[in-house]
Amino acid sequence: MTKVSMTIDGVRYDDDVEPRMLLVHYLREVAGRTGTPVGCDTTNCGACTVLLDGMSVKSCSVLAVQADGAEITTIQGLADGELHPLQRAFHEEHALQCGYCTPGMIMAAADLLRDNPHPTEQEVREGLEGNLCRCTGYQNIVRAVLRAAGPAGAAGQASTASEGAAS
Amino acid sequence: MTVTTEIGRARTRKEDARLITGQTTWTDNITLPGLLQVAFLRSPQAHARIRSVDVSAARGAPGVIAAFSGADFAAEQGSLPCAWPVTPDIVMPAHPPMATDEVRYVGEIVACVVARDRYAAADALEFIDVDYEPLPPVLDMEAALADGAPKVHEQGNKSYEWVFANGDLDAAFRDAPVVVERTYRQQRLIPCAMEPRAVVCAPVGDEFTMWSATQIPHVLRVMLAVVTGVPEQNIRVIAPDVGGGFGSKLQVTAEEVLALLIARKLGRPVKWTESRSEGNTAVHHGRDQIQRIKVAADRDGRLRGLSVDLLADMGAYLMLVTPGVPLLGAFMFNAIYKMDAYSFKCTGVFTTKTPTDAYRGAGRPEATFAIEHAMDDLAAELGMDPLELRRRNWIAHAEFPYTTISGLTYDSGNYEAATARAVELFGYDDLRKEQEARRASGDKVQLGIGISTYTEMCGLAPSRLLGQLAYAAGGWEHASVRMLPTGKVEVVTGSSAHGQGHETAWSQIVADQLGVPFEDIRVLHGDTQVSPKGMDTYGSRSLAVGGIALYGACQKVIEKAKAIAAGLLEVSPEDLEWTPGRWQVRGDPDKGKTIGEIAFATFAAHDLPEGVEPSLDCDATYDPDTFSFPHGTHLCAVEVDTETGQVKIRSYVAVDDVGTVVNPLIVDGQVHGGLAQGIAQALYEEAAYDADGNLLTTTLADYLLPSAADLPTFVTDRTQTPATSNPLGVKGVGEAGTIASTPAVVDAVIDALRPLGVTDVQMPCTPQRVWRAIKEAKR
Repeated sequence: MTKVSMTIDGVRYDDDVEPRMLLVHYLREVAGRTGTPVGCDTTNCGACTVLLDGMSVKSCSVLAVQADGAEITTIQGLADGELHPLQRAFHEEHALQCGYCTPGMIMAAADLLRDNPHPTEQEVREGLEGNLCRCTGYQNIVRAVLRAAGPAGAAGQASTASEGAAS
Repeated sequence: MTVTTEIGRARTRKEDARLITGQTTWTDNITLPGLLQVAFLRSPQAHARIRSVDVSAARGAPGVIAAFSGADFAAEQGSLPCAWPVTPDIVMPAHPPMATDEVRYVGEIVACVVARDRYAAADALEFIDVDYEPLPPVLDMEAALADGAPKVHEQGNKSYEWVFANGDLDAAFRDAPVVVERTYRQQRLIPCAMEPRAVVCAPVGDEFTMWSATQIPHVLRVMLAVVTGVPEQNIRVIAPDVGGGFGSKLQVTAEEVLALLIARKLGRPVKWTESRSEGNTAVHHGRDQIQRIKVAADRDGRLRGLSVDLLADMGAYLMLVTPGVPLLGAFMFNAIYKMDAYSFKCTGVFTTKTPTDAYRGAGRPEATFAIEHAMDDLAAELGMDPLELRRRNWIAHAEFPYTTISGLTYDSGNYEAATARAVELFGYDDLRKEQEARRASGDKVQLGIGISTYTEMCGLAPSRLLGQLAYAAGGWEHASVRMLPTGKVEVVTGSSAHGQGHETAWSQIVADQLGVPFEDIRVLHGDTQVSPKGMDTYGSRSLAVGGIALYGACQKVIEKAKAIAAGLLEVSPEDLEWTPGRWQVRGDPDKGKTIGEIAFATFAAHDLPEGVEPSLDCDATYDPDTFSFPHGTHLCAVEVDTETGQVKIRSYVAVDDVGTVVNPLIVDGQVHGGLAQGIAQALYEEAAYDADGNLLTTTLADYLLPSAADLPTFVTDRTQTPATSNPLGVKGVGEAGTIASTPAVVDAVIDALRPLGVTDVQMPCTPQRVWRAIKEAKR
């Protein structure tokens, strides 16, 4: 067993884990943060995407011990009192159906927008290539990410995105 | 009177709140005190006799509580159920949840370990020793039916032969000026819901609670009782948040039955969670048919007759509805077209592959692909525009209701309107001109146009018809409306959502009927203790069947409220009129009682009229008279690089007619997702096996689900021709996109390449296959 310490969604966790334990299993089964699901075992689907020190990682391809000392943000820690603009945009654009890919999709999109705050549609499509969805055909996911980004040159616009656009 | 302020409104979804914040209850999230983890050992052999299974070493492995082989369950495990014996003489071999004597596909369960955690359970599988005596795999349907072929089952490789015929086919083909005869292949697909399957079973005494990632908690409960002998009233099944199904969770699985048996043996709660690579071999697959199609037509394109001869791969065993899936297509090959004669034959064939069963569309995508593809081949033969050929043969709007050659009566439809709208949005004529120009200039990138003027039958299903087709259960659905004392409403539905948005759409229906605010309604589903009656969710049935049950329950509530309101207002019930949310005295609108006031008065029950029970709650069960028939016109333009074989979808227009739309956001979402899956069959996905019967596409690195970068932005629109078969005019939309899109894409690819001599490309139309088709055509 190896000692690990990490901050998950603002809370510090200290545990002894097997060196082979995957970060996603640590999150789900040791820390009880079950908002991050597992969709595959070959790093293809991206459902388990979280932010590790601000950068998106597929938590099925990181060992818990590799995250020692890191700050992890999961879908459960994204909202800060109110919904994150991406969460709100996913809701307003109907960018989820079963919702299983949603945590990973939103976390990957958060990293995409950090890297490229005002992507084109094609950049969103390519930026989310590592996250699979079986329900939506991606159309509304792409729209949601573009909506959360807001128009270029209008940073902060996303947080005031109008409520009525969906109706 | 019904005033609709909610139906048709693009409400954002109630269920999103938990899904976008990670506050979900996927089955794998469930923890219980002392919960043990199960891991299954699966056969690495496609076909083998089991000489012995030794689990003793696994029993001693660290963290292991128990290990079992098939012999440990032989006396109690029964046979997994098949509810659709399509013919009286169908061969329906025993299907033990854990193999005992023989394995018949890679992935079949042969043993299990129960341990304190999933890592220990997975480790201990390595200690199980199975001695297999290999038997010859049976992988090709045509070879499987040949004399002397190795047998999958003692009884042979043919499960059944099912036939249907109407009209004089010989006359239709005799002297027919044009006959097109083709063989198409529906490749095998893997449903790949994003949530892998999972099951938790907790025993308390002789009672069992099962959480399962299932589409069918009610059917599962019945079947668990039948298979295991546990009395039905002692089983509670919960489908918590379920991450997609697409038919793959319309199943009673070996893992569910074994979870109950293991929990019973140990007297302790157990969990099993599938890995994706495990699931790709063990979740039932879809499609997999060889379709021999013959079409006879006149020179002017008028269809005379259609003959369909299918081989349908059952895989190694018959699962819940395996044999019936291809037969759901039997009534759809004639699609929207008029003809004089039709014959259909389907032969169900056993192979040593993963069993097949329902996958989004279930039988109708296969049929739609074949007929639409054949129409394009016929148009090419006639030198006619494929859209014009369709126009000459489809059922005209004025001809509805219309009884088709396969015997179904379509209640409604307007193929002209949907096609006109699609053609306009697509820019059909301009694209044809561009295609001509590219052909003329010999452009290395050729343009192709594909057309799908589809219909489908959904809203499964009229119980009477299911009975005629030898299906073991009915097709009704149930709903309850509970009026709470504070005027709020609890709705219980027997359909079981796993992404469809019932909590939102059902609230919209009830809000309109009862005149209560959308926000005041809560929808409950997916737990047999909360929703004791139901037939669950599949076959685009939730709205067209479950939604109508809910409508019926609302009408009953309104009627019940009338008598109580009359008593409270001291008037005769005949003097009352219903305005949404309120019974009021006719001619004196100030005098009335809201449904909330009536609910509270019923709760208090102080002065109810004589003989009136103190409850407004109502149940309704609805059994449809007929199927519903969504339709539409999909147009796809592809660019094919003739040097590399690369296909790029340039534009895709889908105009669907799903009748009354309750929530356009949800309908558009269903269409988008359906298109993605149909396009995936056309271009990307295939469950491939090697010559030994090993599945090669066990991971998502090998089985290619499209990503956002692989798909275009779809143009969607609707025409609305309400169904006349139900009071809401709804038809269902869950499968339409998948059914429609596959032929539109494939035919676009072939259309691009016809001048090069290409007449067919086997799905999925990968660059290699397209490139090879071009090379072979040049030869």
